[in-house]
Amino acid sequence: MSTATALTDHEAKLAALIIEALNLEMTPQEIDAGAPLYREGLGLDSIDILEIALVISKTYGVQLKADDADNVRIFGSLRSLNEHLQQHRSK
Amino acid sequence: MAARRGLSEPSARAPTGRLRPMPHPDSTPLPLFVHASPDLPVAFTRDGIVNAHQFVADVHAFADRLPDAPHILNACGDRYLFAVGFGAALLRGQRTLLPANHAPATLERLARSHPGLQALTDALAPSLELPALAVTREGDTHVTPFEAPAIPGDRVAAVLFTSGSTGEPVPTVKSWALLAASGRNEARALELGDLPALAIVGTVPPQHSYGLESTVLIALQGGFAFDAGRPFFPADICAALAVLPRPRMLVTTPVHLRALVASEDHPPEVDLLLSATAPLAPQLAADAEQRFGAPVKEIYGCSEAGQLATRHLLAGAEWRLMGDIALRQDERGTWASGGHVPGDILLADVIELVDRERFILHGRTADLINIAGKRTSLAHLDLQLNTVDGVRDGAFLMPDDAEDRVVRLAAFVVAPGRTAREILDALQERIDTAFLPRPLHLVDSLPRNATGKIPREALLALAEQLSKRRDVP
Repeated sequence: MSTATALTDHEAKLAALIIEALNLEMTPQEIDAGAPLYREGLGLDSIDILEIALVISKTYGVQLKADDADNVRIFGSLRSLNEHLQQHRSK
Repeated sequence: MAARRGLSEPSARAPTGRLRPMPHPDSTPLPLFVHASPDLPVAFTRDGIVNAHQFVADVHAFADRLPDAPHILNACGDRYLFAVGFGAALLRGQRTLLPANHAPATLERLARSHPGLQALTDALAPSLELPALAVTREGDTHVTPFEAPAIPGDRVAAVLFTSGSTGEPVPTVKSWALLAASGRNEARALELGDLPALAIVGTVPPQHSYGLESTVLIALQGGFAFDAGRPFFPADICAALAVLPRPRMLVTTPVHLRALVASEDHPPEVDLLLSATAPLAPQLAADAEQRFGAPVKEIYGCSEAGQLATRHLLAGAEWRLMGDIALRQDERGTWASGGHVPGDILLADVIELVDRERFILHGRTADLINIAGKRTSLAHLDLQLNTVDGVRDGAFLMPDDAEDRVVRLAAFVVAPGRTAREILDALQERIDTAFLPRPLHLVDSLPRNATGKIPREALLALAEQLSKRRDVP
């Protein structure tokens, strides 16, 4: 968490969405954009990932798929998830 | 739960109602599956349909490869490979152990208490620190005749572990007769006879008692077929359903159902939706039925007793017992027995009996936690928290139920010099991630009362106070 770089506007918006959806006790600025989302980092589990998938489909119009070979990379960090969404967004 | 009732223990255990014989081991052989023709599908895999003849050939071929081991930990992520491993172990008389979770500490304890434990894995299995053997599909239908293996009913098929009130894993031994009866009783209770050649998609793992019963056993004992995958995201679930022939059934949980209803406007048609792990909210049940054009039925049960009852919420809130299962009540609570229930099992829920077949569920007894089908107790969690290095005092809190999301635990910890992150990391080694506290509050002291106890109300007040403080700029 010590090397956290400032979030871009898109990343901050995504971070705020996740924090709101999961009721996390933190601010977007406290999230390290490069840290893993799953288990470590934010310590999210599969229920959370489903929750995130829901707000993502509503907000960005992107349907996440588990058999996407890039899934590990996509959920690798807030930054990679945001990049995936910006590339595929329909909203 | 901690109330003392020790004095009347022996008599309290005896059935108060009509005389019920103790279940005695019956060695009558029962078939591994009931598919009457070799061409009937058992599973839908990425490589195509597996029919009953191929399944029995795969089971025999893999049984020949299994090393001599008394116990098996079947960690396969692919439902078909799980079934092959399960069937092969059953054929060889090796017990399949189903721990409550695959956390490192759980597996370590299991391995220590079961010398010679052998893991079965596949490409989707988590990495385990056990001797592992990959399940393979090497059956040759030219070599193996089409005949369902007959397994002695009293053979131990599975040992399910649940966390008891102390948190120590408590084993429940399931004979093949009980598991086979469970599959048959469920098919009958859900009236699946009206849905021949049913195709089943499950979002729950076969290692969970609900997943084992409602995807694998129900298919083997009902003559149906299951999808080998375990779709997770709504788009995956819909894709898995869409490619299967009808009639089809989705076996899922309120968590997945909510995500499906919220994100899929036009999901593929199904003929039956099945939900378990937590009671459905009526609105979610109505939305799901409307969206999928099919009834949503629910299963009530627990790992110890197995599945006990079904209901169709939109037709009535009452649960109907399966098969020959009976409930009775005494001062300790509600007991289930008969049918495919192993013995006499005390249930962890508050139940109101309506008549011999029907009851109303009023939620769980205090101290027990159920999050997304995973169970533990506050006592166990508090114990784990208080053994973390540097933690001087700590307590978990289960907040009140929320309407629209999975409720998460909170924890309050006195640990000078330690960060919340460090404590969470240590906890993650010991407990399932579903129970990790969110938030974890570092505090100066806990609101213990004069007797040293921490009243739940005091923790709720502390939580509110902390959240207000955070909102002040």
